[in-house]
Amino acid sequence: MTERIIIAGAGGQGIMLLGKVLAEAAMLENKFVTWLPAYGAEVRGGKAFCMVIISDKEIGSPYISKADSLIIMNEPSLHHFKNRLREKGFLVLNSSLAKDALVPGYPFTDVALKLGNLKVANMVALGSYLALKNMLSRETISEVIKKMAPKDKPELIEINQKAFIAGGDLVKKNG
Amino acid sequence: MKKIFSHPVSLRKTSTHYCPGCGHGLCHRLVAEIIDELGIREKTIAIAPVGCAVLAYDYWDFDCTEAAHGRALAVATAIKRVRPENIVFTYQGDGDLAAIGTNETIHTANRGENLTVIFINNAVYGMTGGQMAPTTLLGQKTTTTPLGRQANLQGFPLKVSELLSQLPAVKYIERVSLHSPQEVIKAKKAIKQAFQNQLDNQGFSLVEVLSACPTYWGMPAHKAMSWIKEVMIKEFPLGRIK
Amino acid sequence: MKANKILMSGNEAFGEGAIQAGCQFYAGYPITPQNELIAYMARHMPERNKVFIQAESELAAINMVFGASAAGMRAMTSSSSPGISLKQEGISYMAGSQLPGVIVNVMRGGPGLGNISPSQSDYFQATRGGGHGDYHSIVIAPASVQEAYDFMGLAFDLADKYRNTVIVLGDGILGQMMEPLRLSAANQTPQTEYQKPWALTGCKGRKPNIIRSLYLGDGVLEALNVSLQKKYQLIQQEEARYEGLFLDDAEIILVAYGTMSRISKVVVNNLRDKGKKIGMIRPITLWPFPKKAFSGLPAMCSKLLVVEMSCGQMVEDVRLSVNGKYPVEFLGRAGGGVPAEEEIIEKIESIL
Repeated sequence: MTERIIIAGAGGQGIMLLGKVLAEAAMLENKFVTWLPAYGAEVRGGKAFCMVIISDKEIGSPYISKADSLIIMNEPSLHHFKNRLREKGFLVLNSSLAKDALVPGYPFTDVALKLGNLKVANMVALGSYLALKNMLSRETISEVIKKMAPKDKPELIEINQKAFIAGGDLVKKNG
Repeated sequence: MKKIFSHPVSLRKTSTHYCPGCGHGLCHRLVAEIIDELGIREKTIAIAPVGCAVLAYDYWDFDCTEAAHGRALAVATAIKRVRPENIVFTYQGDGDLAAIGTNETIHTANRGENLTVIFINNAVYGMTGGQMAPTTLLGQKTTTTPLGRQANLQGFPLKVSELLSQLPAVKYIERVSLHSPQEVIKAKKAIKQAFQNQLDNQGFSLVEVLSACPTYWGMPAHKAMSWIKEVMIKEFPLGRIK
Repeated sequence: MKANKILMSGNEAFGEGAIQAGCQFYAGYPITPQNELIAYMARHMPERNKVFIQAESELAAINMVFGASAAGMRAMTSSSSPGISLKQEGISYMAGSQLPGVIVNVMRGGPGLGNISPSQSDYFQATRGGGHGDYHSIVIAPASVQEAYDFMGLAFDLADKYRNTVIVLGDGILGQMMEPLRLSAANQTPQTEYQKPWALTGCKGRKPNIIRSLYLGDGVLEALNVSLQKKYQLIQQEEARYEGLFLDDAEIILVAYGTMSRISKVVVNNLRDKGKKIGMIRPITLWPFPKKAFSGLPAMCSKLLVVEMSCGQMVEDVRLSVNGKYPVEFLGRAGGGVPAEEEIIEKIESIL
């Protein structure tokens, strides 16, 4: 099993963090994993993306030319990365901020707003993605969210957990 | 009979390679005397520049290192930071400190590193054979200003001491000269102060020393002394700058 | 097993590896893609009572390393290609003065300002000396975040052992990428093994020490060079390191280092699964270059294929090492291009 994921959106949407939670969870489940950020001048102007590879085997290049899955959080990123998805790959789309003719997507940002914190849209997306892929256990993600929350803001743990579960529910509801 | 004058312990008993009338030998001796008087020879680390004084370690009898041209204060910064108990000083010429090393000079001063700097200003490059220095006077002839330095082509003599005095982290700056015995006594006092400041953890101290280079000024030694007194001091006035 | 692994970027791993190896002084200047390393040192060196300085330039940074090293400390700097060019002055002076020191180069595309994408185009600069004079730095090329961490201990040990500069040569991918890292107990020689009687400490109880690289006396500099060359010969005999893969029966042997070696390794394993007899040599030290690896190649080996993120630099050392006995093919990309697995496979098929 090798899963190559590109996660993209705008600066401030927690794109890098989404990737890190995924990578950290994969590490805890003893998988080989790489996380590669966009860096330097290419992230100026509000673009943000990272590439995560999770595998049972040693990983060569952490760079992804054709992704097995795309997690897309806004419209510009959809245009930028759409053609990087391999045939029959998964497009996990934030329909609150991006529209695609073929893929309806899920309203990650709207769900996050309902939960009371715009910033947890990334965890909603992660919940949906893992419900579709079923690659890592919920318990591991929960552990990572606990570990990564800043020590002085323990209240963030609960809302991120809720967001992750809400993301999973979106997929179950809509299939 | 009581011995009241002797060769400094910090100065090796050897003759120098400097030209007759050159200020370096005298200034080396002042530094050596001061280090003896302050009793710091065994904890002193000197940084020799690139320039005529690169061989200073052949004359001083304490720990020394070379630095690449202009980088003496970067080297000194690191030594002092990792060995704060040692006394660290640089001895640099005008090309080293005020041309190729200007960046290091300004930033070391601006960080307020607890260092002592002896800045020899003789208005010319000596080691390479008499080219224009940043401190060369207007009209002064050198091998690279054969018609004399012109402000519209080569700019004005650079007053590093005045520049540095603007920086809040700089503790002490004084300009002295070696053209007469009276001035040598004042020079020694200033250099000693710059070392004392380091011992007292006061921060960045620099003494600019006007020093003769009879060879590349093209004059005998006694005329070089008069030239400092009558010409050079007008551009580089002596005294406490900060 | 779960507990002692952490997710870290290569840049941070360089920093933590250095600190674990007893680095006492770091000076650097910001440049992409190694900024996480200087930031890591800014936070973690003072925490452990070590000195961190953000220098005013790359020149100042390497000369600060010169000073700290002259004072007997384990000292390092880091940068990326354009900044490493600026550091060449200081590296040459350290070579002339025989001062140990570690320099991390997280390579990016050149020449000139180039770009900030990963590259391996500083191989010549790193392995041939880079600055003026007849000298070599030891060059070590990690290929994973784990090695970025582990090799820092090796780098400081070799630097002290030989009083030599050591360049740890990574690239933008290695610096930026995060991978699981096992923070192992430093598997290295205790620092106390390396006495530094030459260091500047103040001359209490001994004759003054002088650190210098200027030797004007008749024949003195030549004698220094002869002794440096003896040291370099010893390093070549003792310290060349490489990794071999399927070298017993390989018909085609890939040669790659750093990031390219991990990509090539996946290619080799995949082709082996399909029954193709591919092997690989991965130089770990680039100087000394592991020539020995090329001396006993299997009889069935017909060709070597060198893969680099450059227009062909290490390929010259491979050609020198096989000395005309085997054809040496090359696949490279420049300016931030990274040969992909498919490109390598295509190239192999074209030369089979």
